[in-house]
Amino acid sequence: MEVNCETIKHLADLSNMSLSDKETESLTGDLKNIINYISELDKLDTDGIEPTYQVFEMENVWRDDEILPQDADREQLLALTKEEKDHQIKVPKVL
Amino acid sequence: MKTANKTVTATKLVKDALEKAKHFKEYNIFNYLNEEGALKKAAEIDERIARGEKVGKLAGVPFAIKDNYLSPEGETTASAHILEGFTSPITATCVEKLEAEGAIMIGRTNLDAFAHGSSTENSYYGPTLNAYDKERVAGGSSGGSAVAVALDIVEFATGSDTGGSIRQPASFNGVYGLKPTYGAVSRYGVVAMASSTDCMGFFTKTPEDMDLLMSIATGQDPKDMTSLPDFYEKSEVKKVKKIGVIKDFDNDSVNIEIREALKKKTDDLKKKGYEVVELDMPTLKYALAAYYIIVPAEVASNLSRHDGVRYGFRSENSKNLESLYENTRDEGFMPENKRRIMIGNFVLSSGFYDAYFLKAAKARTLIVKEYEEAFKKCDFILTPVSPNYAFKLGEKVNDPIAMYLEDLMSVSLNLAGVPGLAVPVGKTKTGLPIGLQLVGPRRSDKALIEFAKELK
Repeated sequence: MEVNCETIKHLADLSNMSLSDKETESLTGDLKNIINYISELDKLDTDGIEPTYQVFEMENVWRDDEILPQDADREQLLALTKEEKDHQIKVPKVL
Repeated sequence: MKTANKTVTATKLVKDALEKAKHFKEYNIFNYLNEEGALKKAAEIDERIARGEKVGKLAGVPFAIKDNYLSPEGETTASAHILEGFTSPITATCVEKLEAEGAIMIGRTNLDAFAHGSSTENSYYGPTLNAYDKERVAGGSSGGSAVAVALDIVEFATGSDTGGSIRQPASFNGVYGLKPTYGAVSRYGVVAMASSTDCMGFFTKTPEDMDLLMSIATGQDPKDMTSLPDFYEKSEVKKVKKIGVIKDFDNDSVNIEIREALKKKTDDLKKKGYEVVELDMPTLKYALAAYYIIVPAEVASNLSRHDGVRYGFRSENSKNLESLYENTRDEGFMPENKRRIMIGNFVLSSGFYDAYFLKAAKARTLIVKEYEEAFKKCDFILTPVSPNYAFKLGEKVNDPIAMYLEDLMSVSLNLAGVPGLAVPVGKTKTGLPIGLQLVGPRRSDKALIEFAKELK
């Protein structure tokens, strides 16, 4: 797997981060080493093995479809944002 | 642990703890000291004691929480710039349970930002220093909590363990550190790192304290769909006969003094009549690679919520919404957060998913099976926690792979969901703590803690 500055820029894009040129350069080196290390896994034979995504022994924990009181209310949550107007969060223009 | 009573008041216990916390300021243990709040709670408990009312099992006991546990006292920062200014309106279930028994939170402890790291050097607020040598790391990611207990500031502290973040700093600072069975303690109200491996646990000075905390903190929580129905108190403590040691870990990649400490402990156990069996666990050497695929994938997903819009830090002067996201995330995350997010998005991206993420998920199956097989041959496993004792500050921080290798022996437990208890067993020639890790099958937490007394 070839890791270069272009790969890093693509991954930064997928990750919604704008990186400086200096950061792009250092991350290229780091990620090259990390990807090289995790590629070690190629040596392990996993033919015919089912994947495991979680180690919780239970499945389908159901709850009734009803609205329960929440730990935090709307006012408390809106108080956490930088700018609020008329009970809405203000952000820069979208387009 | 010392609880409050009529002669030794909660106020005295809390004042002493706060004083010690200030005395050890240079260790950079606390992100926030809850002075006012803690003293107010202490006074309430003292009043109840004076009135002869019933108080909880942890009445007046000062404790610290890792700064990724949510509570309304002080900002919850996870030692990350991007959460700066975030004061939680809610409290983590685990903290709620401890407080309901009268424990008093005196401060929030430092960690690697978002718990990404093995030394607490990735904190936005600077590293925490080792309790035994100020030139060495505290370990991580729960470094602040480990040092707070090691320096006897608090009776116990909470931690989170996604790949060794409780056990490794516990062993670096000579205290007990438990990563419980996955799902034993509710994850509700703790900043998520990797949801399928995150475990909430504790640092204590004795196995007895650990048992008490587990009896309080475990149990099903409707707010965490992956919390297990209570098993802790009901689990039978079976007679331990056979202890396994992992052959694959007995090589030059592990520090000689740690190998000798393990040998000495197994010799002691043999003398006490236990049978020591050697285990072949050849898949474990792939656990670290699998871990650094699965965990970053979950990290990338869990950290996507930090966008500067709803809470925490927001980058200024962004001309549109997209640049607000990008600038906030660039300025708000530490380099290690960025590495993990990007690796996560790499292993999940089209074209690489099968080769990396799916492959790692299959490796995880083999690791789970390898533990199941091992526990047919022995009751518990005794291994090093990490290949080295506390290393020097700055030694590995610029080399991500060297830092990841510190997690070599701890991550497989998280992938398998089995419990592990770091137990202090001695010191190196230069006086640094050495810890070993006791590993048991799922839900054997109580027996594991009980058996730790045999290693004293």
